[in-house]
Amino acid sequence: MSKYKMNILVCGGTGCKSSASDLLAAALRTELAERGLSGEVQVVVTGCFGFCEQGPVVNVLPDNTFYIKVKPEDAVTIVSEHIIKGRKVQNLLYTDPATQTKVDGSGAIDFNKKQLRIALRNCGFIDPEKIEEAIARDGYAALARVLTESSPEEVIGIIKKSGLRGRGGGGFSTGLKWEITSTVEADQKYVVCNADEGDPGAFMDRSILEGDPHTVIEAMAINGYCTGADKGLVYIRAEYPLAIERLKTAINQAREYGLLGKDILGSGFNFDIELRYGAGAFVCGEETALIHSMEGNRGEPTFKPPFPSEEGYLGKPTNVNNVETYANIPPIILKGADWFSSIGTEKSKGTKVFALAGKVNNVGLVEVPMGTTLREVIFEIGGGIKDGKKFKSVQTGGPSGGCLTEKHLDIPIDYDNLIASGSMMGSGGMIVMDEDDCMVSVAKYYLDFTVEESCGKCSPCRIGNKRLHEILDEITKGNGKPDDLDRLRNLSEVIKDTSLCGLGQSSPNPVLSTLEHFHDEYMAHVVDFKCPAGQCRDLMIYTIDAANCVGCTACARVCPVGAIAGERKEVHSIDQTICIKCGACLEKCKFNAVLVS
Amino acid sequence: MADVQQIINDATKVYGKERKALMPILQAVVKEKNYLDDQDMISIAKALDLSAAEVFGTASFYTFLDTVPRGKFVIRVCKTISCHMAGKDAIIQAIEQLLKIKIGETTVDKQFTLLTANCLGWCHKGPVMLINDEVFPELTSQKAVEIITKYRGE
Ligand SMILES: Cc1cc2nc3c(=O)[nH]c(=O)nc-3n(C[C@H](O)[C@H](O)[C@H](O)COP(=O)(O)O)c2cc1C
Ligand code: SF4
Ligand code: SF4
Ligand code: FES
Repeated sequence: MSKYKMNILVCGGTGCKSSASDLLAAALRTELAERGLSGEVQVVVTGCFGFCEQGPVVNVLPDNTFYIKVKPEDAVTIVSEHIIKGRKVQNLLYTDPATQTKVDGSGAIDFNKKQLRIALRNCGFIDPEKIEEAIARDGYAALARVLTESSPEEVIGIIKKSGLRGRGGGGFSTGLKWEITSTVEADQKYVVCNADEGDPGAFMDRSILEGDPHTVIEAMAINGYCTGADKGLVYIRAEYPLAIERLKTAINQAREYGLLGKDILGSGFNFDIELRYGAGAFVCGEETALIHSMEGNRGEPTFKPPFPSEEGYLGKPTNVNNVETYANIPPIILKGADWFSSIGTEKSKGTKVFALAGKVNNVGLVEVPMGTTLREVIFEIGGGIKDGKKFKSVQTGGPSGGCLTEKHLDIPIDYDNLIASGSMMGSGGMIVMDEDDCMVSVAKYYLDFTVEESCGKCSPCRIGNKRLHEILDEITKGNGKPDDLDRLRNLSEVIKDTSLCGLGQSSPNPVLSTLEHFHDEYMAHVVDFKCPAGQCRDLMIYTIDAANCVGCTACARVCPVGAIAGERKEVHSIDQTICIKCGACLEKCKFNAVLVS
Repeated sequence: MADVQQIINDATKVYGKERKALMPILQAVVKEKNYLDDQDMISIAKALDLSAAEVFGTASFYTFLDTVPRGKFVIRVCKTISCHMAGKDAIIQAIEQLLKIKIGETTVDKQFTLLTANCLGWCHKGPVMLINDEVFPELTSQKAVEIITKYRGE
């Protein structure tokens, strides 16, 4: 990137692409060309900056000015003001919600302040479709160093010492896994990248592949060198078209540069990568299921041991790691195990990428050191709850995790603390709930997901989750009984204890954690038949407030079942035995006379 | 209509004829014609020297390997929690009204099939839908209708 005096980075992650970042980049280029600046200022379309809520985002380097919500029409102003006159475009700068002042440097924005980008280091800073830019930011330097200076044992030693644990959910020591795969004797071994990300709430793997595919390729090659594998496979969700495209481009470029293929960098080491596509089955993210799917079978998990490291793809030792795990490898090799292990908590080293979604102001990706608190993530980086509402709960770890509440906000987040609080890290999805969300419905929604995605191989998961879902459904419909809560609890324990794979073993967690932390809310549903959050439609009671009703008859005319009676200009009333709680009258009444409780 | 035998022949050249070629071949057929019928699965079984039941058993496991006829454009609206919280119900309703079909159905002219899907990895930009393999995040009912109307013109 160095031959240019200035660089304008435009986010081209799918999120921003859909908000017209392509048009914006084109407009900037046209404007620069018209001003004769094409040779001096370069427009780079990058991967995701992570600040999706404010996209499309533009970062002007070297002065690191961060513009948000930029439209193609703004290109003229950015070039004429900022590039030519050196004056920052005030109305495109981010306004700090706390101080109401304009912030220009990306580092000064709250969203970025507490973050430490290791896995996402290149996302938003390079054009992922140009290998030169990855290389300019140390891409493939770790591979080169490893191939020329270190033995596989030495590299495995570094990874072990760094304390890196798998980011795909399990949290298993990455170095140890590599060591096991490397010590098993076999004529053929495989390295697999698990890019089947499907946890509701998670989208970091997609963003890494879209923003920095080379880091994954490099790390897989390093893994191959360490474990003795010459074939790599990426199992990626078919629903990620942009990530697939960029990965394909990156693999081709790496081959052209001799960074994949035979005799890489003259070291005698051979390694190449193929892509395999998922076909819409969440359970295929489980490593044994993933392997069966790649073998052309139903993607059903099988009992471990044998672990894939011993007996995996086509019966050969196979090292499976997650996308984000791989993205941590090159920096660890370049900066050392001690650097990495100095970040984080005692048992969870480094950083974790979280995907913030739900009722939080700044949705998007966040990478923070392990040990950062939920409060920092949700309130400082995430900018708090939308529309000034009250925080109620956050679900971490998707359908395998649990909900955490106010009292957990100051716990340092790491693998062990989350488990101790009744949730888990999972892949790092965080869905934030506010006072309007009904926790019984939330549990039901997660169960809905698990019931559909259970592979059906073992009965506790296949049938048990269905029963859990049914009980929850009845509760939300006003047909629950207090002893349903015990049934939920008992059944949950059985499912956890007796399911074969991680899906079934963790699927009751949303039920158990909501039962524990929101017991009163469940009780309100089964004793008073009320939904305190006002979400369960069947528990609503619609009435007409005599003080406000002017007798316009609008509600009576819109009611589909004729539940509303009343003469013109007289107060109307709703017959509760007929009302189907559709809410039409509430929407129609212009005088706020329809009440719902 | 796509020549399925040709697709199978081409795919076996790339992926080989071992069992591990099965998924890529099934996916190649679905990419061209959006679903697999019995005859397609029998042809694939023959090409890979498998039983038709094994091919069906594998295909039927995967949501995206449809074994019933689908329209030219398959719309999948995410129905998982974040998109639900962001209002996916209204989107589905708008599409149902526009196309006059319910979830799971295909329009009479075989242009569109409406399905739901689980989390598509766009939770921060929900509601989101996929039309074949194109992603449309941050939907409003109006946006969804406009997008589909555009497809209809094609
Ligand atoms: C139901 C289920 C779904 C999973 N989905 C994923 C996934 O989408 N991506 C992933 O990397 N790991 C997933 N895992 C974890 C993998 O089985 C495996 O532990 C992981 O890929 C290992 O890589 P890591 O050690 O780098 O985390 C899933 C596990 C289960 C039980
Ligand atoms: S626990 Fe569920 S998903 Fe896992 S093997 Fe059993 S049925 Fe399949
Ligand atoms: S909620 Fe619906 S059914 Fe009930 S009174 Fe109002 S319009 Fe009629
Ligand atoms: S919940 Fe809809 S994309 Fe994740």
